[in-house]
Amino acid sequence: MISAPDVVAFTREEELEDDLYREPPLPEEYSVPLFPFAGQGANPWAKVAGSKFTRDFILISEFSEQVGPQPLLTIPDDAKVSGTFDLNYFSLRIMSVDYQASFVGHPPGSAYPKLNFVEDSKVVLGDSKEGAFAYVHHLTLYDLEARGFVRPFCMAYISADEHKIMQQFQELSTEFSKASECLKTGNRKAFANELEKKLKDLDYTRTVLHNETEQQKKANDKGYYTTQAIEKANELASVEKSIIEHQDLLRQIRSYPYRKLKDSEFHPYEPESALDRADVGSDQDPAASDPAEPGETHLYTHVPSYTPKLIKAKSAKCFDKKLKTLEELCDVYFFTQTLDQLHHIERTFRGDVCYLLTEQISRALLKQQSVTNFLFEDVSFLDEKPPEKQYRGCQGLGQDAIDEKCSEETLAPKVVISLGSYKSSVECVPIKMEQEMEDSEEPKLSESVMSEHQENLDYLDADIKGSISSGESIEVLGTEKSGSGLTKSESQASLPVMASPQAGRSKVGSRRTVSEDSIEVLSTCPSESLIPEDFKASYPSAINEEPYVDDDEGGLRFAPRANPGVHDGQDDVSKQESLVQVDAACCIGKESPNFLEPLPELGQKPCEEDGVVRIPPQPYHRPAEQGLRGGFPSHEALSGGLLPYELDSRYLSGSREVSKSSLDECSDSTSHISSAASTCSDRTPSPARPACAAGERHRKRAGQNALRFIRQYPFAHPAIYSLLSGRTLVVLGEDEAMVKKLVTALSIFVPNCGAYAKPVKHWVTSALHLVDFQKWKLIGLQRAVSPAGVNVLHALSRYSRYLSILDADSKTLRCPLYKGTVVARLADHRTQIKRGSTYYMHVQSILTQLCSKAFLFTFCHHLHLPISEREPEESVVNRRMNFLKLQLGLANEDVKIVQYLAELLKLHYIQEPGQGGNPLLRFDYVPSFLYKI
Amino acid sequence: KSSVQTIGEEQIQNPYTELLVLKGHQDIVRFLVQIDDCRFASAGDDGIIFLWNAQTGEKLYELHGHTHKITAIAPFSSSDVTEEKTDLIITASADRTVIVWDCTSGRQVQKVSCFHSTVKCLTVLQRLNVWLSGGSDLCVWNRNLDLLCKTSHLTDAGISALVELPKNCVAAAVGKELIIFRLSASNNESEGWNILEVKRLVDHQDNISSLVSVNDLTFVTGSHIGELIVWDAIDWTKQASECNFWDSSVHPDVQPEIKLSQSPHETSVQHLTSDEECVFAAVGKGIYVYNLQMKRVIACQRTAHDSSVLHIEKLPNRQLISCSEDGSVRIWELREKQQLPAEPVPTGFFNMWGFGRANKQANQAAKKMQENTPVYFLELVGDLIGHSSAVQMFLYFGELGLATCSADHLIILWKDGERESSLRSLTLFKKLAQNGDLQLRL
Repeated sequence: MISAPDVVAFTREEELEDDLYREPPLPEEYSVPLFPFAGQGANPWAKVAGSKFTRDFILISEFSEQVGPQPLLTIPDDAKVSGTFDLNYFSLRIMSVDYQASFVGHPPGSAYPKLNFVEDSKVVLGDSKEGAFAYVHHLTLYDLEARGFVRPFCMAYISADEHKIMQQFQELSTEFSKASECLKTGNRKAFANELEKKLKDLDYTRTVLHNETEQQKKANDKGYYTTQAIEKANELASVEKSIIEHQDLLRQIRSYPYRKLKDSEFHPYEPESALDRADVGSDQDPAASDPAEPGETHLYTHVPSYTPKLIKAKSAKCFDKKLKTLEELCDVYFFTQTLDQLHHIERTFRGDVCYLLTEQISRALLKQQSVTNFLFEDVSFLDEKPPEKQYRGCQGLGQDAIDEKCSEETLAPKVVISLGSYKSSVECVPIKMEQEMEDSEEPKLSESVMSEHQENLDYLDADIKGSISSGESIEVLGTEKSGSGLTKSESQASLPVMASPQAGRSKVGSRRTVSEDSIEVLSTCPSESLIPEDFKASYPSAINEEPYVDDDEGGLRFAPRANPGVHDGQDDVSKQESLVQVDAACCIGKESPNFLEPLPELGQKPCEEDGVVRIPPQPYHRPAEQGLRGGFPSHEALSGGLLPYELDSRYLSGSREVSKSSLDECSDSTSHISSAASTCSDRTPSPARPACAAGERHRKRAGQNALRFIRQYPFAHPAIYSLLSGRTLVVLGEDEAMVKKLVTALSIFVPNCGAYAKPVKHWVTSALHLVDFQKWKLIGLQRAVSPAGVNVLHALSRYSRYLSILDADSKTLRCPLYKGTVVARLADHRTQIKRGSTYYMHVQSILTQLCSKAFLFTFCHHLHLPISEREPEESVVNRRMNFLKLQLGLANEDVKIVQYLAELLKLHYIQEPGQGGNPLLRFDYVPSFLYKI
Repeated sequence: KSSVQTIGEEQIQNPYTELLVLKGHQDIVRFLVQIDDCRFASAGDDGIIFLWNAQTGEKLYELHGHTHKITAIAPFSSSDVTEEKTDLIITASADRTVIVWDCTSGRQVQKVSCFHSTVKCLTVLQRLNVWLSGGSDLCVWNRNLDLLCKTSHLTDAGISALVELPKNCVAAAVGKELIIFRLSASNNESEGWNILEVKRLVDHQDNISSLVSVNDLTFVTGSHIGELIVWDAIDWTKQASECNFWDSSVHPDVQPEIKLSQSPHETSVQHLTSDEECVFAAVGKGIYVYNLQMKRVIACQRTAHDSSVLHIEKLPNRQLISCSEDGSVRIWELREKQQLPAEPVPTGFFNMWGFGRANKQANQAAKKMQENTPVYFLELVGDLIGHSSAVQMFLYFGELGLATCSADHLIILWKDGERESSLRSLTLFKKLAQNGDLQLRL
């Protein structure tokens, strides 16, 4: 019987898999009919079938003062992507929800036109008719020639999957804010330049007028002024006034960075790839490549020699003049930077939302495993700016003081409105205040949060309906607004930020069926007010609502799990926890209460009772949960009674497990362990992160090659064992491509020695030396017939005790015997796995399991050091071996794998950050055997 | 066909399962000298001296000062009660200078450059708080590098080896001769010393290549043609001699053609070392164990290595380590063999003092004697392969491991993997405690 989790979504892999493993097509009568709405390449799991575009894209629109809302460009810039989707219509929609009008002009009580540094607004809206859901980011750019000096723009991320928009809202907001900040920085620069030119024009005009007036004065000896003279004087006066006005504008635009800098949170836009883009910016002022805001004032003064023009007294604003393009508005350099950023966003959020979420969770978890993650993971990949959500998740664990500090340091781009601008935007959006009032009265129970919030939303609906003069029914389902200038109590009230997407969604579900033609604003957060500060502040309360995070209850929390047998499908941490319990019970006496080494730097809080040590599963954090629960709405109902953390991990592992068992027969025996491990620590390859897009391709290819290797070579097991136990494997062959292919295949089994690149050398032509074995654990070596080749072979035989040699030409392997079980699971030649990436994930899951074993082994004090002074070394050794064999269930040579990994962990942990540490070579004196096909 | 014993890859008794490669030298590394429990210095043809931490392999100092290759190095630690212990090393170079270095600060203390020839050997007489430099003449220096006295020009070839003997005497190997010098306090000056030639011993047929002091009563010399002479250290008389290491004709079990391939070089006594009972000699490719009491070779390994054995050392645990030009280091164990009457004895020949060349008769006499004495043999228990060129020297650090230096410019620290692993665990838990991660956070 097929149950729901049996059906597993496959993301389509563009790359053609090898024909070798492609199965013949099913007979027609057995095949499932294609999804009716699916076109070529459509994702049958897309939530909304009716969408007219094939994949997510980014749309930039402008509310032009001449022609109204118009689409400017899409990313990717491909007509196929948007398909039949009406961009013009959608532009109208998204531009029309920018109700936060920015006021520029003469405010009452001010003599001069005032620039409002309007913050961006972020809105989620859905259009059920079009099947499109969008995250819309409004921003305003300055243009001296535009009406009110402003040009409203918006960037929209458009997807057919509303869950994706809702759940990735925070990330989208962060990323789009970066893009927006980039645009605005460039715009300020361009605007200042424009102002300066205009000032020079005016100055010149004034001089000309002045001279004319003087001449007239001289020419005129009648003692009274002619009308002509009066006219000139008036003209002069108006020019003077205009100069003062423009100077004031210039002062305002220049003061912007300083105003911002007063906010400690303000992070000026800094291009991430300034060097790469140097060629783009080369036509600019050289200083432009360093557009950090504080330096901007200098940039503005660097205007190349400009010949002023005479300005007519009335420079009429007429409709036939051409408006500046976006590129002109923001200056080429910043425009290209923005486009890069948008392309980055597009790549980041490509793919199914489940996939993105899983990816984010596993990244977050992996990041926390600071002790072990270097072994099989690309750590540089983890270091690159992670989604903001995870930071908060990791840090928002109830330690307010620490949190505040940490997040301030680590949170990525934060643009925070100053109090002044906050006030001005509050004036524009009066709803905000009332909502806050409502929120602050909220009870703390989550159910009531929901219902309360629902009420809020209803209330808001009414409010916004009134405020927006759109003919059609636009329903704003949630709105959020706050600023850093708020006191903490105020900002805490913004808790429903997180709740709102869910509440909003449920609402959408009901509404959509009713009103076919409606734009639903699902959530709106004007300005960058969705600042992390809010989350930080709101987190403690949010967490306190959940029964499982409270530390006081820690002892009770895991009572059901004390029995290690039942931890089916739990995540890695709980697995570790249960193993530690086992360990505590059997190999370490209860008389030693302080034996345990908690996971260092993980920020976990182990609590200990009766000699049983538990590590609370803190790594799971609220945003991720929410994302998960949102992602699998069917399970939402269950979350009431169970710990969401547990539920989620079980859900995920369950689905993963099923998918695995359906694909991979060899994982049957250990499915619960491996799936548990894979759930949280296995880094699934992401199609998203651009930096690792190449890495992902590599992984896929490596996985595919590895699959072929284990199928082709019956001695794959000892070869893989060599790699896992730290014995250098040399792949010897004449054909470079073949050797490199084998090296690529085997590279996925090589543990890293440190936070550097993998110790893999794809191709070497000279004789190997001892130093090479220290550095490389997998080497592709050329077999040559030349005399040099003889030397190469001689060196190989000389150092044969440190090496396993895989001869790719004669298909032989010379290496120590392997009789363990781990590698058999890792590389079953009868495996049903067909895809490279799937196999890669399978490998990662088993390796992760090994890592956790190595971690336990490394950090169990009494396995390495005597309990008492008098205890002989032998008993420690016995205890150690017992632990490895009985507790960790390792057979024969598997012990050596874990010992080697443990050694790497030790070295990594001991190593001082500054020094690289001497690479050491460990080896065993064990006999080698020759394997043949 | 190689007669060299091999052990294969399974070496249960070999404790060295971890190695560290120390890079720094740019030419052949010839000398390793221990400074204290955990530090050692290395020097070689690049004229640079490196100080290393033997535990971590950390490079402590890089001492530059010599312009040519180093020819001799000696540690000189002062353990005066009044002043704190300072570790000095003295290095001599082919640039005809001698430099004294402070190992604690890594700085050059003093430099002497008044030599007429290269100093080839250095000896520190701790007891007298002086040190001797041997080149074409023999000079005596005090700690402050004041020249106390010197001999007249001895020979152009220079002194190749120096050893301290009792009664303020030193033995210097000068070519084929062994010259005994005596140091005596001079009359006119309080701190002055005089050096006098006391005796010349001319028993060796060829140049003396190695000279080692066994104990207060005996010292041993070896020459290029394989003579080994045991001397009385007090009256400088010959106690015993052995000169047939290379002569395989006396051994019935050895093929005669090997003898043809013997060249003088291969019979040269490259290095000698001793413990209280035995003298261990590296002769050509072989290792010989000469028992001082029995005055005979009790065990030997004729072809212990593929090429010349360059250095040999006895470990406290009946083990012997040898290194060779073939780039390998081998660990041997001296074992007692159960007497099996029928078995021919491979260790073969011994010779009482006064006997001449071996002959059939003597051989049979030896066989008779062996029946009531225990028979020993050298068992190969492990080999260390790492260097790609001749291993010049090694330094045994006990538990810390073994440092080997080689012509491939590298120094390798061989360590006991088990011990290192548990040390790392210890460090790990210390660091955990330091970081406060060991405390339970409640």
